[in-house]
Amino acid sequence: MPGRPSRASVKLTSNEGARMLDIRGVNKRYGTRTVLSDVSFTVGDGRMTGFVGANGAGKTTTMRIILGVLSADSGTVLIDGVPVTASDRRRFGYMPEERGLYPKMKVAKQLVYLARLHGLSPASARRNTSDLLERLGLDARAGDRVESLSLGNQQRAQIAAALVHDPEFLVLDEPFSGLDPLAVEAVTSVLAGYAAQGAPVLFSSHQLDIVERLCDDLVIIADGTIRANGSRDALREQHSRPRFEIRTAGDPGWIREVPGITVIDFDGDFAVFESETDAASQAVLHRAITLGAVHTFDQQRPSLATIFKEVIS
Amino acid sequence: MSNAIRPVHTAPTFAQSVWLVSNREISARLRSKSFLIATGILLLISMASVIVGSIVSQNTSLTKVAVVGTAIGVVEQTNAFNMVEASSVADAEALVRDGTVDAAVVPSTTADSLLGLTVIALDSAPSEVLGALSVSPDLKILDPAEQDGFLAYLVAIGFGIIFLMSATTFGATIAQSVVEEKQTRIVEILMSTISVRALLAGKVLGNSLMAFAQIVAIGLLVSIGLAVTGQRVLLADVGPAIVWFAVFFAFGFVLLAALYAATASMVSRQEDVGSATSPVLFLVMVPYFLVIFFNDNPLVLAIMSYVPFSAPVGMPVRIFLGQAEWWEPVLSLVVLALSTMVVILIGSRIYSNALLRMGARVSFKEALHR
Repeated sequence: MPGRPSRASVKLTSNEGARMLDIRGVNKRYGTRTVLSDVSFTVGDGRMTGFVGANGAGKTTTMRIILGVLSADSGTVLIDGVPVTASDRRRFGYMPEERGLYPKMKVAKQLVYLARLHGLSPASARRNTSDLLERLGLDARAGDRVESLSLGNQQRAQIAAALVHDPEFLVLDEPFSGLDPLAVEAVTSVLAGYAAQGAPVLFSSHQLDIVERLCDDLVIIADGTIRANGSRDALREQHSRPRFEIRTAGDPGWIREVPGITVIDFDGDFAVFESETDAASQAVLHRAITLGAVHTFDQQRPSLATIFKEVIS
Repeated sequence: MSNAIRPVHTAPTFAQSVWLVSNREISARLRSKSFLIATGILLLISMASVIVGSIVSQNTSLTKVAVVGTAIGVVEQTNAFNMVEASSVADAEALVRDGTVDAAVVPSTTADSLLGLTVIALDSAPSEVLGALSVSPDLKILDPAEQDGFLAYLVAIGFGIIFLMSATTFGATIAQSVVEEKQTRIVEILMSTISVRALLAGKVLGNSLMAFAQIVAIGLLVSIGLAVTGQRVLLADVGPAIVWFAVFFAFGFVLLAALYAATASMVSRQEDVGSATSPVLFLVMVPYFLVIFFNDNPLVLAIMSYVPFSAPVGMPVRIFLGQAEWWEPVLSLVVLALSTMVVILIGSRIYSNALLRMGARVSFKEALHR
């Protein structure tokens, strides 16, 4: 891919083994209100980790604690087993939920400034800035003030601000909110690129379809406690119920009479049913084949939205 | 080119972070039109005041007096008048009537006149002429004032105005820049990158440098103006006071800047900056009004010159008036520097506690918590 060859060299020169971000037993209270209670999870090496929860569940607070913007009442954040320090945090790329850049500052100048605050030399700050602006299709706007950009371009500039110092960890709070579908694509590919290079990526989102498509791991939080945590596929497996979908040539109304079967949905040649045992569902399939053509017979995989509802309720 | 070595994340030291932040502040100020215009106006006003002062002082032209005969010698001795010789008393009277001269001095016609002179005026007694020609008793002043009262008043007000204007301009600027970061939420990125103290220190340093540069520019401009317009005597008197003013201002402004930043950080919108920072504005106004009303009261000036908020105005005025011993500005400066440090500590606590609190105004109690 043109414009990002520097990324290839990243791993060659700086791979010191797997990078893991560990959140261990974090608690946070505001006054009498408990915001986080014993929050623990891991963002693994090169894993895109989706962080999902309702508004006010504690996602932003957790991310702020990871970045050291807030301090936890107890608990630690570890990198490869070692508590994270202020200077480690300069290697984090952070996109806060509340977006913001200096409105009157030029895009490129602003990115160079942020890169330098992260400890880059003036030369590498300028090089990263121009690389990144090109990659995000913002190079033509480099000399414009942020306030003069369109909303979509401001979002891109915001993403550039999180990435300009070549971070080794990404923590992104709602990176997709307010993005048009094109920008969503641009951002997903940039993030996937980072993960592919081995960077742990933690991102929160309300757009569960994007999370479902993008993430390797999932962390579900509700009321300040972690409700589910693990790889997306394992979670799916765990929450798969014995629910099947069948589409046949004839009217499958007879399924209602099969023992051990509960029909959930029924419409013409189509039915959704739950089966108490594997044998019962197989019996339905056998009977259907003997009655005529079977167009579809499939075990339904629960969508992330379904799992989410189930887990937090 | 693109196959570059990976940029190394060497965490900048505290000082480097502060320097980066202050540089951004300075370049943001220099890019702001309103700042450049305000500075231009302030420089123009101070330049104009020197020029006007010089014109006024040269305009003390001598009163024109017509003289006749033996009066010439007497009037000449006073050295206080611009003499117009008239050939006769009638001529002199005519000159008075047509306004060419303010008065005429002619030999007296009455034999028992003590001075042997008659002063002729148009419609009222010319006190200046009478005063100059009168005989005065001997005068002994026990403790002569070092500066003329009116000049002292002007200098005091000058320091007061410059302090007020610079402090409020830059105070408001720093307050706005704090709220801008809070309102645009970039503050969260900044806080995740550098320490809150480095951020505050950078802001205070950048704006203080600008304010100090402005004060030095005004000081230089006034000094050069005084020298060019030939008011060297005044320059010799005011010069040391100006230098001390600049030194006190440097510390005093840092103190105010920390207060402005801390109070501004408690609100989230530009509209609320004014009310949030009004207690600080009050502290800035106090020395200005005190120096206007009490510039002839040594006790009030002495107190002012030690209270940290008013010392930048009070001490230079006392130095100008010759009321301060050599060690007094040094002691006052130590007091100021110590209180500046205390205020910075309290200010940075308020600042770091309030920075992420959006929405409603943060109370002092919450801001000082922990």
